[in-house]
Amino acid sequence: MAAAPTARAKEERKLAWMLCAPAVIVMLLVTAYPIGYAIVLSLQKYDLRFPDEKEFVGLANYGDVLSSSTWWSAIFNTLVITISSVTLELVLGMLIALVMHRAIFGRGPVRAAILIPYGIITVVAAFAWRYAFDPATGFVQGLPLVSDTANPLGERSGSFVVIVMTEVWKTTPFMALLLLAGLALVPEELGEAAKVDGAGPIQRFFRITVPLMKPAILVALLFRTLDAFRVFDTIFIQTRGANDTESVSILGYNVLINRVNLGLGSAVSVLIFICVILIATLFVKGLGASTAQQRGET
Amino acid sequence: MDTSAREKVLWSIGILVVLLYALIPVLWITSLSLKPTTEIGDGKFIPQTFTLDNYDQIFSTNLFNAALVNSIGIATISTLISIVLASMAAYALSRLDFPGKTLILSGALAIAMFPAISIVGPLFDMWRSLGLFDTWAGLIIPYLTFTLPLAIYTLSAFFREIPWELEQAARVDGATPFQAFRKVIVPLAAPGVFTSAILVFIFAWNDFIFANTLTSTENARTVPAALAFFTGGSQFEDPTGAISAAAVVVTIPIIIMVLIFQRRIVAGLTAGAVKG
Repeated sequence: MAAAPTARAKEERKLAWMLCAPAVIVMLLVTAYPIGYAIVLSLQKYDLRFPDEKEFVGLANYGDVLSSSTWWSAIFNTLVITISSVTLELVLGMLIALVMHRAIFGRGPVRAAILIPYGIITVVAAFAWRYAFDPATGFVQGLPLVSDTANPLGERSGSFVVIVMTEVWKTTPFMALLLLAGLALVPEELGEAAKVDGAGPIQRFFRITVPLMKPAILVALLFRTLDAFRVFDTIFIQTRGANDTESVSILGYNVLINRVNLGLGSAVSVLIFICVILIATLFVKGLGASTAQQRGET
Repeated sequence: MDTSAREKVLWSIGILVVLLYALIPVLWITSLSLKPTTEIGDGKFIPQTFTLDNYDQIFSTNLFNAALVNSIGIATISTLISIVLASMAAYALSRLDFPGKTLILSGALAIAMFPAISIVGPLFDMWRSLGLFDTWAGLIIPYLTFTLPLAIYTLSAFFREIPWELEQAARVDGATPFQAFRKVIVPLAAPGVFTSAILVFIFAWNDFIFANTLTSTENARTVPAALAFFTGGSQFEDPTGAISAAAVVVTIPIIIMVLIFQRRIVAGLTAGAVKG
């Protein structure tokens, strides 16, 4: 294979590179360059309100961010939202995927219904849920078991419930579709064989279906965890970070855009970037291990 | 027989729950948009008095009309450019053999996971000095970057399924290269290209973080950003009805599109993520 490239292979290479070049340039232009610029900015004292005081300060901005309680509480809030919404999405997404996979009828309407949240603008979804829970415009207070004066968005834990609910509503469809695709890859015969051997439905699900779907589950979890970690739109519309519900993205936005402190804000941005890399690395390692394990077994 | 009847009932309940869960917020915001201001707090799903006042109000403000034009224009242009660039790259990635293939694919994947907030600051600063702040191009460029990975993955997955030998066959039968491309390959590739275009459009249409940070006026502010800053007809008027009406207006076209092309969207979403 690795013999000297023929003229034809050289032509092919050249064509391939030319075809890929524009896309690659556009992708790098707005990610690699700005993130590099963010690192440069993060090492400077750079406040747009006092542009003349711009100077190199080394890692001082990182020190400021990492020693502030605001950053750590934003990390905590983001993790609470990420873990609870992704867990709920996994459970609900799996249930919906199973319903669709096994459906004797009604598969079409379910697919249509779950695609609606996917298509809706996140900002619109956030408004819809905010209005539903707001005592001045909502219906939730009229439900049984809910206090007539309940105002979840006025306090912290209630706000988290509404935010997580909105996130779960909006993104469970994506999770369900990915899991459904994974379910389709599980051979029917295995389940049938286990049934003959006397395994119950729950046992079959956890002992056969889940292990075989592990790569699909991990991919879905990876995408959704990173997505949830970046949560911004929903919080911006529903609380704007009030009641101590600030996520890391909201914190970054406030420092960068509201306080126009580009130095400090860029340090927050770079730290978020590092968190994302860490999460992705963990998942990719887990994914590599699970596919390797599966290949070894079969 | 007994178990299958019971199963049917269980499925029906399951389907009903899913339908309700998916539709309730949509129904609620639609209901709010049709209520007069005096009844907005009545907590009823079916408005007692139907009114289109809220719709009249939003369409009579330049704020919403301009945002709608910006949203449609920016999302459409982003989609067209993104799909052209991604098709070229996806063709190379799925059909040609060259070093750097894996690097491009993993790079695209990395960009798909990139946190937008991390580059908002630098872009804000760069766009202000380049004169791109608050312009269409200032939003189209980041949308291209963030939709290209999605488009490249879905298109490569679709392109791998195309029986390219048919092109050769057409050539043998006497077609010119262009005829073979136009009459054989284009019809085969069209569904995949179209699906990717829908996904890209939805992404651009949905974006809030760039629209919010890189625009400041009606010049380029799109609907999601305009909604966040909407304050009703006058300072003292509650904007709930107007925001709801605006939300319904921008949601309807997407829902129609999603419902018409549901099979393709499902195929596209899973092709990009699972096979990639």
